[in-house]
This record gives sequence, structure tokens and C-alpha cells, in this order.
Amino acid sequence: MTLAVRVIPCLDVAAGRVVKGVNFQNLRDAGDPVALAARYAEQGADELTFLDVTATVDDRSTTYDVVQRVAEQVFIPLTVGGGVRSNDDVARLLGHGADKIGVNSAAIARPELLAEIAERFGAQVLVLSLDVKRSDRTESGFVVTTHGGRTETDLDALDWARRAIELGAGELLVNSIDADGTKAGFDLELTALMHELARVPVIASGGAGKVSDFAPAIAAGADAVLAASVFHNGEVTVGEVKAALRADGRIVR
Amino acid sequence: MTRTRRVVVLDYGSGNVHSAAKAIERAGAEVAVTADRAAALEADGLVVPGVGAFKAVMDQLRAVRGDEIIDRRLAGGRPVLGICVGMQVLFEHGVEHGVDTEGLGEWPGSVTRLPAPVLPHMGWNTVTPDEGSVLFRGIEEERFYFVHSYAAQEWTLDVMPPFPTPRLTWGEYGGRFLAAVENGPLSATQFHPEKSADAGIRLLGNWLSTLG
Repeated sequence: MTLAVRVIPCLDVAAGRVVKGVNFQNLRDAGDPVALAARYAEQGADELTFLDVTATVDDRSTTYDVVQRVAEQVFIPLTVGGGVRSNDDVARLLGHGADKIGVNSAAIARPELLAEIAERFGAQVLVLSLDVKRSDRTESGFVVTTHGGRTETDLDALDWARRAIELGAGELLVNSIDADGTKAGFDLELTALMHELARVPVIASGGAGKVSDFAPAIAAGADAVLAASVFHNGEVTVGEVKAALRADGRIVR
Repeated sequence: MTRTRRVVVLDYGSGNVHSAAKAIERAGAEVAVTADRAAALEADGLVVPGVGAFKAVMDQLRAVRGDEIIDRRLAGGRPVLGICVGMQVLFEHGVEHGVDTEGLGEWPGSVTRLPAPVLPHMGWNTVTPDEGSVLFRGIEEERFYFVHSYAAQEWTLDVMPPFPTPRLTWGEYGGRFLAAVENGPLSATQFHPEKSADAGIRLLGNWLSTLG
């Protein structure tokens, strides 16, 4: 196999701006999603993920505009997640230039949504996003959460991932709530468990704090690694991450 | 100075038409996104994108009489470029979830599920271009962005002189599959050049250079 492992910066957008701790030097407007997307693409990002964290319907329309402007200027794949509840939402995002759609809480509320999206648009557009936390309440020791980890569901994370793939999810974005924000590295146990069960690609997310954190996630079975703040604060570039992966014997673009 | 080529991206409800249009503009062409028959027939080049299920793409294509437009262009030797499922539907059959759907039949053979443990085949992969390839000229070593679970895994068309031999570019994921075909006026890529960064823009530029 010569498929390269992917490095994916994630941008939180609200009201048309990138939010949450972007602190680049020498970037004229660090909050401009198009400028930031172009910068990551130049650094060699393999894909970009946008998470729409807007609270209002008005703000959501600016997200469509952001997706469109980025898609017109940055020629790498774009995934958009956040607030996707229906096939109409998916159609609208794809129509504005998204290539893949991340679905999270709406699928927990109504799993059939996954089948509906996969049937109409194909599994390859559908990314199941899971916020996972360690818990004694489930058999695997991992539970699915909502509301950024604050609310625990009754779903065993591994059961939910299996079911979502059966329903048509073409990729898993596995975000560790325990690791998220710690900058102590990815949850490797969770990554390995997801890799074992999934016959679709797995993206590891949550916990990246330094260049050397990424290779262990790939070694644990991730097909791609996603991070936000470690890139936004400008201390680590996508290029440096790829160099570290290459040094670890991985194939990168 | 060569003149600016005019390209139509066929707008039939499938695929990321605007990304394709912007990438082709970046490669140097004037682009219209339309399903207008006259415009699609007159353009120097026609691009047929496609995303989703084979059957859905065929249904949408037929709904705008895209099949006739493609036939008519090829009969006149006018270039057409299929992308992703827009490549797959050029074959005779597509088999997805046991459903066999008739394709456009420009090329013999079937599009079938790749024999790989992890699908979709998603990400940046290398290809092995035909030595005579024009599409891959100067970018033979680059990676291109794939996202698909199905592909044509055999090529069975025998072409006799005086017609030029088709140039086949193979990819590898679980097994060998056709990553690109250049067959006279009809070209196609299984990957997404419009999502393949600089390498993809250069490939589109190479295609534009073949337009009369």
C-alpha cells in the first residue's frame, strides 16, 4: 500500500470567523478562514476540517459562505461538521463546496440519518464524528458524549461506531474528550480499538501538543490525525508533523 | 500565446461542480457551469464530474441528456474529461451492493468494489502513468486525492490501428485499478484533480493543452 497518512488541521468557525485561540504571527488576519486555510494548504495539509460552532441560524448562513470561499481558492478536500441534521443540510454544504460532511449529535438522536445520507450521497461523503470519554458505565470502557463532552449518552463508543458503519458512515472522526486540551498526546488505546473494529478509515483527534505526538497515533492504527490548537498557535506546522511521521517510517505526501 | 480554452463543466446535480470549475479556471481556462446542450457541445472541452452512487449519477446524467451530449462530442472527436464517478459511468456496467447498472458503455467492462480491507480508498496515493501519458507529463511522481470504493479493475478494449492505443494509468489499493485513461478525445481520472492541490491543477493544465 502506498496510500499516504493524512494530517488534517481543524478550524472552528463561528459567524464567518475562525474562533478559539488562533495566534499566528505574520498572518495579516488570523481569524480569516480563507487566509488560514490557504496557509495550512501551503504547509502541506492533506485535508481541512471546519467545525461550525455557531449558535444561530443567521450565523449558519455565513458558514456556507466561508465554505464556498475556501473551496474556490484552496484545492484540497474540505470536511464540514456541526449542526448537520438532514439531507437538505448535506446538500447545501456539498453545493457550497464541501467534500465530506461530519455528523455527530443528530445521528445519536436519530441514527437513520446516517443511512439517509449514505443512500443519497454515498458513504464517501459521510464522516461520523464521535466525542468519546472513558467510563465505567459501558462494556468497552468508552462512552459517547454530547455537548462537548459534558453530557454522557448510554452508547458504548465501540458499539456506536460499529452501528454507524453498518448504517453507512464512510469514515470515523474519533475525538477523545479525555485527551482533548491536555496536549499530552492522543488516546492511543481508543485509537487502536477503533482501528480494530473499523473497516473504514479512522481519524484520531484530541490531545496533540507537540510534533512527536502524531506518530504514535498512526502506529496505533489511525489513518489520519487531526488537530486544532497545536497548529493555530503556530508552534507546530503541518510540514513539521509530516517530517516527524516520515522519520517514523510513514508514507506522507 | 495560445488562445484561452473554453470549458463547460456539466452541471447535472452531481459532484462538486464549483470546485472543479474553479480548479480549471486556475489551470487557465474560461469555464461555464451549465447543462445547456448547445454550450456543452460547442465548448473546447467538456468536464463530467460525479459523486455518489453509480445508479444515481447515471439517472441524473440521463435526466439532462448528458449521455447524448457525451456521445455527440466523442463522435466529433471533441474532448471530454470524466472525474471520479464521471469516469466510472463511461464503462458498460457498474455493480454496487449487488445492483448492476448500465453505464454509458464508451468502454467495455465493469466497475466493481475494490478488494481492500479498509474502504473507501480515501486519501493521497501514487499512480503509475502510461509512458505516453499527456495528462501526467511532468507530474509522474506526484500524489493525487482519491475517495472511492469502486473502480474499473480491468481494461479489455482492443484498439486496432490506425486508432491510437489507449494510455492507461494504474493505481493500487488492495489490487490494481484504473486511475486514469486517455483514449483519443475521451479522458478520465478516478481521483479528483480539482482536490489534488498543485499536482491536480497541473494535470488539468495538461488536459487543457490537448484541447484543439
